[in-house]
Amino acid sequence: MPLFSLLALIVAAALFAAFLAIGNEYLFFAGYVVVQYVVIATAWNILGGYCGYVNFGTGAFFAVGAYATVALHKLPNYSENNFPPVVAEMIAAIFPLPIPILILVGGLLSGIIGLLMGYLTLRLRGVFFAIATLALAVVLQTLVVNWDYVGGSRGATILRPQTTSLFGMDYIHYLFGLMLLLAAIGIIIARGIERSTFGYGLASIRDDELAAEAAGVPTLRLKLACTAISGALMGMAGAPFPYYVGYVEPNSTFSLIYAVNAIAMPMVGGTAGWLGPLLGSLTLGTLQQIASVTISSEASLLLIGVILVAFVVLAPRGMLGWFDRLRPRRRGMVAAGGGH
Amino acid sequence: MSVEFLVNALAAGLLIGCFYAAVTIGISISFGFLDIANISHPAFVIAGSYAAYLLNQGAGIDPLLSGLLLTIPFFLLGCLFYDIYFHAFEQHGREGLSGLAFFFGLMFIIEVVLIMIFGVDFRYVEAGYLNSTWRLGFLDLPLRLLIPSLVAVLLFVALQLFLSTTFQGRAIIAVSQDPSALSLLSIRPRRIKRLAFGLSVASAGLAGALLIMIQPVEPSIGREYIGRVFAICVLGGMGSLPGTLIAALLLGVIESLTSSYYGPAWAPAVSFTFLLATLTLRPRGLLGR
Repeated sequence: MPLFSLLALIVAAALFAAFLAIGNEYLFFAGYVVVQYVVIATAWNILGGYCGYVNFGTGAFFAVGAYATVALHKLPNYSENNFPPVVAEMIAAIFPLPIPILILVGGLLSGIIGLLMGYLTLRLRGVFFAIATLALAVVLQTLVVNWDYVGGSRGATILRPQTTSLFGMDYIHYLFGLMLLLAAIGIIIARGIERSTFGYGLASIRDDELAAEAAGVPTLRLKLACTAISGALMGMAGAPFPYYVGYVEPNSTFSLIYAVNAIAMPMVGGTAGWLGPLLGSLTLGTLQQIASVTISSEASLLLIGVILVAFVVLAPRGMLGWFDRLRPRRRGMVAAGGGH
Repeated sequence: MSVEFLVNALAAGLLIGCFYAAVTIGISISFGFLDIANISHPAFVIAGSYAAYLLNQGAGIDPLLSGLLLTIPFFLLGCLFYDIYFHAFEQHGREGLSGLAFFFGLMFIIEVVLIMIFGVDFRYVEAGYLNSTWRLGFLDLPLRLLIPSLVAVLLFVALQLFLSTTFQGRAIIAVSQDPSALSLLSIRPRRIKRLAFGLSVASAGLAGALLIMIQPVEPSIGREYIGRVFAICVLGGMGSLPGTLIAALLLGVIESLTSSYYGPAWAPAVSFTFLLATLTLRPRGLLGR
């Protein structure tokens, strides 16, 4: 475990150094999006792949993180006009909060929402949870559209500082580095879960929930923990987003594309372990960046939809499934791990 | 607020509720009877709307007529998708994760293709009678709402009669309960399921034509209907058509009252509250089996 964590952090640091060495600004912008999808896909797979519960509300969890940042960003200005001066001064002294704090706040909020959603719907069959998450996205979007403080449907503009106070680093570089770190942490968490009693419990739920329950696995508790962790990671991925784009509005923040990618990437890579979502998000994320530049952004969306459907129908074990076929010895291992 | 305002809001709610029933009946068949969570159903409805739009703009065909015509290609489409679904998922017992992802992908593809062809502008259909309104005292009954609602009720009654009186209809109800008993009667469950799924998608085609009569349509409004149709289906009770109708009318009225008194921006939240409350308090639904 510690060796893997160390390795993941070293790889992230090396990537960051390589990007700095190349120094192409566009590379940072595109890279941020791809790495953000690594976090999202990994988060989705913790619930979807390990536990077998489909979350269609990725956009909602992501947006909770993003809008938490917007709300906190607007607080100093708001408090100056509406709160007593003492409070306003205190707030002005603390704010703007550093992004790592914002990431934690966004993660906490999304985790709580995941917990609540799960508590209400996870007792039922999985499909009801899936539908409820889909509806959650619509209702949270309705709330944000009607919430004037964060800009409503007009959206909110966030002025990003040019450089950070930290070593005077360029802001986009800083955000990219944070996202890389988050991705490494997400993967470490996912792999940790996979190999723990918690992970085996989740796998037993995925394979046969009734049998798991009968065998004494505390299914509801495990599912709730799983939903909270998965939701929290999605919210964390969303928290720096307003600083990255500079302008946030409900339609694009709650966009279906997050949900589609969150499902497509693990499905394309393979849902059995941490490697699948990583592989899927790097491939599809890069492909999407290339397609939206060379063809059009609509075409890149269509591409993702078609790839998702094609993989689900034709290659249910994803890209990692291809390697299983090449190496028959591994099939025994997968079967022993109880995958499909 | 005046009584007239309230009565008009109630009437509009009941009419729109009838239409919701027509959108949901397909889900009640596919999800309630066949256990196929077809979340792309609203996307098929929107596809039906655009097909009716094309027929109306290109050939001047009345949207009602095109709605009826659309049921045929949509039925065949439904049969095709059921076959894909069966071979890829049901056969291997992989309905859960993969099946949901499949329909989600399908929904997304339909939406993106519609955006690529038609853009995100609102489209509507034209027919002479759509602009007139019947007035009964202070009660306004706009025909663009009244006619689709009546057709929706007809569709609903027809499907209910088909399911409860004909041999094949009863087989559809039976296939959800005991497919092996069906095989013993020398009926192939797969064929019955394909028929049922075809009917469900066909109803989406007709409902789409009704939708674009009621309101202008753009590709992404299908998403609002996902919460709605599943809320209605679950609240009505899985596999209960009368329950579906009652739940649809209830949701229609409550949404209409909400948007009349609090503004239309809040209406989408109603169905979600409905759905979540039902799942938490009474997962069997109103008339659940």
